[in-house]
Amino acid sequence: MSDLETFKLETRAWLEENCPPEMRKPMKSEEDACWGGRNWTFASEAQKVWLERMAEKGWTVPTWPKQYGGADLSRAEEAILLKEMARIKARTPLSSFGIWMLGPALLKFGNDAQKKEHLPKIARGEIRWCQGYSEPNAGSDLASLATKAEDKGDHYLVNGQKVWTSYADKADWIFCLVRTDNSGRKHDGISFLLFDMESEGVEARPISLISGKSAFCETFFEDVKVPKDQLVGEVGKGWSIAKYLLTHEREMIGGSGEGLTRPLHEIAAASIGLESGKLSDPMLRAKVAEAEIDEWAFRLTMQRKLAEAKAGASLGADSSMLKYYGTELNKRRHELMMDAAGHDGLEWEGERSSEGKLARDWLRTKANSIEGGTSEVQLNIISKHILQLPGA
Amino acid sequence: MALILNEDEKMLSETAEGFFKKKAPVADLRKLRDSRDEKGYSETLWAEMAEMGFAGVLVPEDQGGVDMGVMAAGLLAEQIGRNLSATPFFSTSVLSATALKNSESELARTWLEKIAGGEAIVSFAIDEGVKHNPLGTETRAERSGNGFKITGRKAMVLDAHVADAHIVVARTDGQPGDRDGLSLFLVEKSVENLNVERTIMVDSHNAGRLELNGVEVTADALLGTEGEGADILDKVLGAGRAVLSAELLGAGSQAFEETVTYIKERKQFGKIIGEFQALQHRASHLYTELELCRSAVFAALSAIDDADENAVKFAGMAKAKLGEVAKLAALEGIQMFGGVGMTDEYDIGLFLKRIRVLQELLGDGNYHLNDFAKENGY
Ligand SMILES: Cc1cc2nc3c(=O)[nH]c(=O)nc-3n(C[C@H](O)[C@H](O)[C@H](O)COP(=O)(O)OP(=O)(O)OC[C@H]3O[C@@H](n4cnc5c(N)ncnc54)[C@H](O)[C@@H]3O)c2cc1C
Ligand SMILES: Cc1cc2nc3c(=O)[nH]c(=O)nc-3n(C[C@H](O)[C@H](O)[C@H](O)COP(=O)(O)OP(=O)(O)OC[C@H]3O[C@@H](n4cnc5c(N)ncnc54)[C@H](O)[C@@H]3O)c2cc1C
Repeated sequence: MSDLETFKLETRAWLEENCPPEMRKPMKSEEDACWGGRNWTFASEAQKVWLERMAEKGWTVPTWPKQYGGADLSRAEEAILLKEMARIKARTPLSSFGIWMLGPALLKFGNDAQKKEHLPKIARGEIRWCQGYSEPNAGSDLASLATKAEDKGDHYLVNGQKVWTSYADKADWIFCLVRTDNSGRKHDGISFLLFDMESEGVEARPISLISGKSAFCETFFEDVKVPKDQLVGEVGKGWSIAKYLLTHEREMIGGSGEGLTRPLHEIAAASIGLESGKLSDPMLRAKVAEAEIDEWAFRLTMQRKLAEAKAGASLGADSSMLKYYGTELNKRRHELMMDAAGHDGLEWEGERSSEGKLARDWLRTKANSIEGGTSEVQLNIISKHILQLPGA
Repeated sequence: MALILNEDEKMLSETAEGFFKKKAPVADLRKLRDSRDEKGYSETLWAEMAEMGFAGVLVPEDQGGVDMGVMAAGLLAEQIGRNLSATPFFSTSVLSATALKNSESELARTWLEKIAGGEAIVSFAIDEGVKHNPLGTETRAERSGNGFKITGRKAMVLDAHVADAHIVVARTDGQPGDRDGLSLFLVEKSVENLNVERTIMVDSHNAGRLELNGVEVTADALLGTEGEGADILDKVLGAGRAVLSAELLGAGSQAFEETVTYIKERKQFGKIIGEFQALQHRASHLYTELELCRSAVFAALSAIDDADENAVKFAGMAKAKLGEVAKLAALEGIQMFGGVGMTDEYDIGLFLKRIRVLQELLGDGNYHLNDFAKENGY
């Protein structure tokens, strides 16, 4: 038996034994996810146990080095783990910007002390992070960000405003892009700071979304003191870290294109029914088939690109391709789910619709092609870095 | 077929434009939503709409209406669409008024008078399942004494919880799928064995469900001829789809125009984002699509007034086209607004929600594409 085959069997057995039955049920909403952090209250004992067991095993961050809370798995082993988890419908034990975004950047750019301090806490879900990139005037043009960090000898003094900061009101720490120098090109003079959201002078004000939730915030910094050892990499060289982190974020968001826990055609059939074995609406039937084939090809492409890359390495500009396609596909799929749900899918409150879950999820997907860089920005990146089109 | 508005229609359209912008702007929908208003519409506004003749736009003059025709109703709906105004106009003044005036009965005339006067809201209860399927009606009406007893469920009934009466489509004969055997009944809200549930919808407009558990009505509650309701339904659905298309035109155009305004203001990379050709072309594409839409809507509306034999077909074609284009306008809008587009503070999200509902009502794009193909024999 090959090593991977052995790994598969062991993984299967371990999961079977350790994944609580409640954690094998599909999540009803974003709120069912476990985000961890200082102020986290577990939704259930099962959620807590599941996180602890997976963290213990290093499987909340399987490809990270063991010393930082990971399990040193190769990409291939990671793929097996994910597949085995999917097989028993195991929930992700921990949803975390620390895992998806900051971790990879710290592994590459952080110093030893920073890695030792932050990575294990991310792996165990002890500290919840938020992302302080966008500002009112620096969205797609992220590099024009203006939040200022002044060198005050032993610390930086941070002043400015971020916006669309997801879960800033719930996060413990922020990874934040700041301007330390205004004199040169806008991409220079950006630095990458980490600080506690409980620091004096930090305020997060939730903004209501079209889905009726308030998942993101306006975040204000007034004379926030940040110790100097909380700067990652070199002063003024934060842009490369920021971009590297974005490739991981995009890979993660693109993953939304991979598929639903239940095939689209089943969802559609459950709603509008079959007539002699065919989805009763031939137009919808064709669109569902098209989406499922795209989903298949997309999933394979994701696998192929990941297999090509080394464990933990970034996919570079290809992450833009995956992000672009995955999010557009996910939006399309939710449009089709709304089509299939018809009148029922339009309900916004009440038990029958689980408080409008379908409609709210549908609206939430509209952000997929905006957050982490818009679809237009991804296409610009492909034009420039992959196709090398002039002027792009 | 009128592709250009005449003087009267232009005047009406301008009046409506001013009226809804002033009296029922998007901000009012937010107020109704945020205060969780029990009625879900403004009674003052509805009274003013009656005074203006809007409530009775399709009601014959004999019953106190202005009888201006479906084109006029569409012009009003376009402005309602632009402002996302929450009113009982569509359920009462379009669907139910059309059913009533095509059913020659004393009772119908009484209710038409009430509609024109703004004294009654009458919902139109046709759909039952998750998708529009008029011939699929399962609700049964059986002879009982000298009247009928109605049993069944209705979904997506606009303004159900505030209606003084409901027009219920039921089967007096035949099987689901049959065109024959459908009949329309006027059911007053006070009858026994009728359960009305309000459902809070994504677009913050009124809708509900009816449960009829053996509702008894007298024989004069039957609108039109027993078993031949499908003929009335053609009229109702034709007018309804054409007017919905007009409302979609209004909502889609407004979403589009607000998007164009935004991309002329917002700056990134030291440029106005409207300078990026990636956005310019999509805006220009939408402009083109919306121009086609306007033609389709005018054609569909006027065909009904002209009693064109293809009127119902045109209405379905317009509905298919408008549903898709208005949806695209809203989706492109959100995308071009970027992060702010996802906030409740901006109106573009409200347009996306409303358009989703409008395109679903009385048949979505898929329904009308299938229908079109079937009508044309392929
Ligand atoms: C739900 C959600 C969660 C988010 N979470 C976070 C977070 O946690 N942290 C964080 O920092 N940010 C977050 N964001 C912000 C997100 O990264 C920005 O919204 C995004 O980068 C777009 O910026 P913007 O909103 O300013 O739009 P703009 O940049 O103003 O874009 C407006 C439109 O112009 C287009 N455009 C801009 N430039 C070009 C160009 N050169 N060519 C063609 N088209 C162009 C855009 O594609 C878009 O369609 C989140 C956003 C959303 C919606
Ligand atoms: C069947 C046919 C009949 C024609 N008849 C005539 C005729 O009778 N008289 C005459 O004078 N000419 C005629 N033309 C020529 C025609 O006008 C040109 O082909 C056309 O203007 C495009 O120019 P081009 O071929 O140099 O392509 P290019 O201008 O080189 O364009 C190549 C590609 O780039 C795109 N492109 C160019 N500029 C932009 C821009 N600013 N933004 C975005 N995309 C851009 C184009 O859309 C195209 O896809 C004919 C062409 C064809 C194909």
